[in-house]
Amino acid sequence: MTEPILSMRRVGKTHGSGAQRVDALVNIDLDLMPGELVAVTGRSGSGKTTLLNMAGALDEPTTGEVIVAGESLATLSKIELARIRRVAVGYVFQQFNLLPSLTAAENISLPLELDGMKPDGARKLAERSLEEVEMGGMADRYPDQLSGGEQQRVAIARGLVGPRSVLLADEPTGALDEATSESILKLLRSRCDAGAAALLVTHEPAYAAWADRVVRLRDGRIEGISERTKTPLTTADLS
Amino acid sequence: MGLREGLLCILVRGDAHGYRLKSELESATGDTWQVNIGQVYTTLQRLERDGFVESAESNTDGRIVYTVTDLGREEVRQWLVTPVDLAASGRDEISLKVLMAMVSGVSDPRRVVEKQRGSTMTLLQDYTTLKADASDEDFAWQLYLDRLIFSAEAELRWLERVEARLDAKPHSEATESSESEATEPVEVNR
Repeated sequence: MTEPILSMRRVGKTHGSGAQRVDALVNIDLDLMPGELVAVTGRSGSGKTTLLNMAGALDEPTTGEVIVAGESLATLSKIELARIRRVAVGYVFQQFNLLPSLTAAENISLPLELDGMKPDGARKLAERSLEEVEMGGMADRYPDQLSGGEQQRVAIARGLVGPRSVLLADEPTGALDEATSESILKLLRSRCDAGAAALLVTHEPAYAAWADRVVRLRDGRIEGISERTKTPLTTADLS
Repeated sequence: MGLREGLLCILVRGDAHGYRLKSELESATGDTWQVNIGQVYTTLQRLERDGFVESAESNTDGRIVYTVTDLGREEVRQWLVTPVDLAASGRDEISLKVLMAMVSGVSDPRRVVEKQRGSTMTLLQDYTTLKADASDEDFAWQLYLDRLIFSAEAELRWLERVEARLDAKPHSEATESSESEATEPVEVNR
């Protein structure tokens, strides 16, 4: 059986103490399998972003355990955590966060080079990653020469470059119009169908619906999980 | 829309025999409407009786071929420009269930909202999968899926609103019945 690429076991996060104590997350159990797109929804303050930060080793849980690519994050040193962030998980935010003075390809290859990879190898990986998001012809453009949708494609390419296989996306369509948002969701879906895994935080039901599973948070707890029907509907079901 | 209007719309494009009308109507509606061939023929007879179509035996294969009349053409035009009266389309099962939960006090309306939301979200996921797989050429099917997606989305937004408003109310007010009234629960499930 395939192992989850990311697991959360009884994960909890508490801010403050005593009367000021806030349970941001309570007993979250969640597995992300390779090839899976999982959406996390819920109102503002329900714990969506906190959950994503735990998954990406950007924040430590108060209780429970997060396992990424077979490694329990709590057992890792700061240096090892930084390595996990570089080689296993990528982030995509609402703001695309591309460096304006670097081309699309350089935005992707620079972190790889800083990580010790030779420039030629890093460039090759960046180009391949750009092709996978249908941006092969735009490798040498600067962010201000790209539309919002194209910049987000570059950010996704950066998030999933080389060995990285888990994408954590926090409202990645927030700054985009509806048609462009849909193309970004389609892209996430196809990258997952090709074997990547993604956790997508969104408050839009129509965007969450692209996921295999939709996890709904309420007050830091999982209120419910909706799964796509395994045998899809046919036209006959709709008539 | 009834079969009557559907057949007239197809006939306006050109003369056809019954079986072809059936298949063209199905394909024009993105195959979301499976039409019974027996019903097609009885409907065509009624349309002929009312003067909306005329029929003649085809000289090539002996099948009955139907032609729309001017009256039929006008009927289609009138039907298309008459807006659908949404107010007359009847009760909405989901809103009734939520309202009945508040009235009966048997089940927390939040629980009803949560259950419905899970089910509608699954449906929205399935529609979205169908849309992702839909062929670019199948325009009618894509438009129909968009319609289903927008409806499911609207329902989820409404449920979200209901939940937010229930949360904003003091708990005792979330259900409108008092303890004593709740002893004889209203049957909500069908």
